[in-house]
Amino acid sequence: MSWFRQLAALIGFNLRTLPARFGSAAAAVFGVAGVVAVLVGVLSIGEGFRRVMIAAGSPDTAIVLRGGADSEMTSVLLRDDVELIRNAPAVARAGGQPLASPELFVLVDLAKRSTGTDANVPMRGVRKEAFAVRPEIKIVEGKMFDWGTNEVIVGRSAQSQFSKTEVGTVLQFGQTRWKIVGVFEGKGGIAESEVWADAAVLAPAYHRGSSFQTVLVKLASAGSFQQFKDALTSDPRLNVKVERETEYYAAQSRVLRGLVTGLAAVVCTLMGLGAIFGALNTMYTAVAARARETATLEALGFGGSAVMISVMLEALLLSFVGGILGAIGAYLAFDGYRSATMNWQTFSQVAFAFDVTPGLMVGAIIYALFIGLVGGFFPAIRAARLPVALALRER
Amino acid sequence: MKFARLVLSNFKRHKTRTILTILSILVAFILFAYLAAIRNAFTMGVSVAGANRLIVRNRISLIQPLPQSYEAQIEQIDGVANATQAAWFGGLYKDNKRPFGQIAVEPEEFLDVYPEYIISAEGKANWLKTRTGAIAGRKLAEALGWKVGDKIPIQATYMTPKTGGNLWTFDLVAIQDGRTEDVDTSSFFFRHDYLDENRMRGQGTTGWYYIKIKDPARSEQIVKAIDEKFANSPFETKTETEKAFIKGFAEQMGNIGAIVTAILTAVFFTILLVAGNTMAQAVRERINELGVLKAIGFTDSQMLLMVLAESLLISCLGGAIGLLLGALAVNAGDPTNGALPIFNFPPRDLILGIVIVLLLGVITGAWPAFQAMRLNAVDALRRE
Repeated sequence: MSWFRQLAALIGFNLRTLPARFGSAAAAVFGVAGVVAVLVGVLSIGEGFRRVMIAAGSPDTAIVLRGGADSEMTSVLLRDDVELIRNAPAVARAGGQPLASPELFVLVDLAKRSTGTDANVPMRGVRKEAFAVRPEIKIVEGKMFDWGTNEVIVGRSAQSQFSKTEVGTVLQFGQTRWKIVGVFEGKGGIAESEVWADAAVLAPAYHRGSSFQTVLVKLASAGSFQQFKDALTSDPRLNVKVERETEYYAAQSRVLRGLVTGLAAVVCTLMGLGAIFGALNTMYTAVAARARETATLEALGFGGSAVMISVMLEALLLSFVGGILGAIGAYLAFDGYRSATMNWQTFSQVAFAFDVTPGLMVGAIIYALFIGLVGGFFPAIRAARLPVALALRER
Repeated sequence: MKFARLVLSNFKRHKTRTILTILSILVAFILFAYLAAIRNAFTMGVSVAGANRLIVRNRISLIQPLPQSYEAQIEQIDGVANATQAAWFGGLYKDNKRPFGQIAVEPEEFLDVYPEYIISAEGKANWLKTRTGAIAGRKLAEALGWKVGDKIPIQATYMTPKTGGNLWTFDLVAIQDGRTEDVDTSSFFFRHDYLDENRMRGQGTTGWYYIKIKDPARSEQIVKAIDEKFANSPFETKTETEKAFIKGFAEQMGNIGAIVTAILTAVFFTILLVAGNTMAQAVRERINELGVLKAIGFTDSQMLLMVLAESLLISCLGGAIGLLLGALAVNAGDPTNGALPIFNFPPRDLILGIVIVLLLGVITGAWPAFQAMRLNAVDALRRE
């Protein structure tokens, strides 16, 4: 009998005896499924957060902050700075006006719907240019605020996460009252976690004078970023930091992604070890349970290597089933789950949805196969090395 | 003695299975240590908040300033023992690989309000003498390799110095320890008067106030008195107990912490369930040998003890080593590279862990042990 036919016969034999060992096989599958589900679930937090951060970012948009600032929160640009930035080369223009949006960024307290406790919600003061630089912003309910009034619009995600954000509600922050007149969407991006107001009204309420925090600039083309950056950083009148919008927001998600990947690494290493011990136990039991049968086959001329491979394949199959179940389970349980957390760079709230990506699922299933490989290897060696005479005598 | 040998010889019967069971339990308890540290980090150590401390901040949000003149006004309020200013600096150290909090405080009053922050008498004297002096928590200093006497350069993000540029240089005058294990030692504190003298704008303002009150039972009244005093002023306040403040801040991180802890708890108990089942199985398999023991004169209580001893030994071996390794691993560092504000294995969770180890041994042993005790020798021997 050829080696391959031996192997096929052994695999068939192993699989047919599976129902007899249902309990221990199910425990192994379950263990691997658990590892995969947790791995995918935890990492989907980081993916979801990153998706929000980069969703609306566009490669031909740049953000200008004061030199040394690490976020919008810590940046200050005076009126003269803003004028120099607006008139810099490589800034796109529409109707003769530069597409540059000076913006204010402050925090206000709103209560979280989930816990009722106060959370720092970002409030952005904008001028008309903001809507030209961010064409994705669309009013989906109510109306746009009137310029020069205390009207505000809230992002769709902010509305879903914080209470008292319905259209028509009046908010009071300090001595100023703000009326919510509309809700906006922006391609699922970070702006949807914010409250927007007219910068000219917001500035005096927060004692900001004529200063702004950042300028968001639409570039003439994605390729002109370097020209724009060089022009500003070499200007002795300015001390600014220029970044692509996409890179700026990717950096903003660094801490949270570090948090979830760090946690996932620890948890999944430990759980992986646990699952390997489980798989080892299952496979050793399986090998022991059919020691006599295996010995009989070897006495009949089956090769040790075919026995070994058949045991490994069984372990891989079990872990593969576990991996698939775990990945599907995680997708059903976590994908799209909405939450809000704090962006540590600005201490402000970002609403996001857990995102189970195909890449995560494939990666986790590969991890499951690795568990199966290790969990099957040692029992497979034991099975192949079984002394035939001894095993036949065993009861 | 022969009793112990009997128990041990049972381990050898399925050596691989025994070892794998012990290892599973070991891994479960390492996970338990991380679980405890993560839960503690996401609640930001609410349990260590001082009951006699309040925090006063700007009503609009934490980032809005408060006038320094409030200090004297707050101290006039009945029941307030001390009020002291604090401000967030938010600077970056080197390449910002390991971010940490920098807070400007008034040294003498700060140490009075936070008696659990310990620095040497010499260090304190130097801090009061040195305007550019700063203290760093032990954990932070060790992570960054700082020693007393070092110059610490920090790049400002928004507190620009009036001398131009972004660079502030502080002199490290002392390392701060905690009176107990769970006191945070990962922050950096420097002098508020130096901040005021050297910053370009914001003179006369501060970030928030730490308040020490005389009687924790009256905190609710004092909270109201402070907020009423500044109502309808340009700088309205929001006063909370330190506990409520930390809890609110922790809740801003959202249910991520709750989700992660829920997942880990489920995993922990699943591993224990599987291991416990294996242990119970090991006893069930030998039921007729136990019958033999009974037939040769072992008493009921001896049978009970023997079976319990076996399962307790397995769970204690795995549990003790697991808890030890877990504690070491957690103390070796935060796997998230500073994203969690505190990361330690709280002593109360160590006690909880030991209780779970013992429970695991007793519960997995109890039913088989009870069966072994009730065993009728004749029945057991007849069973195949």
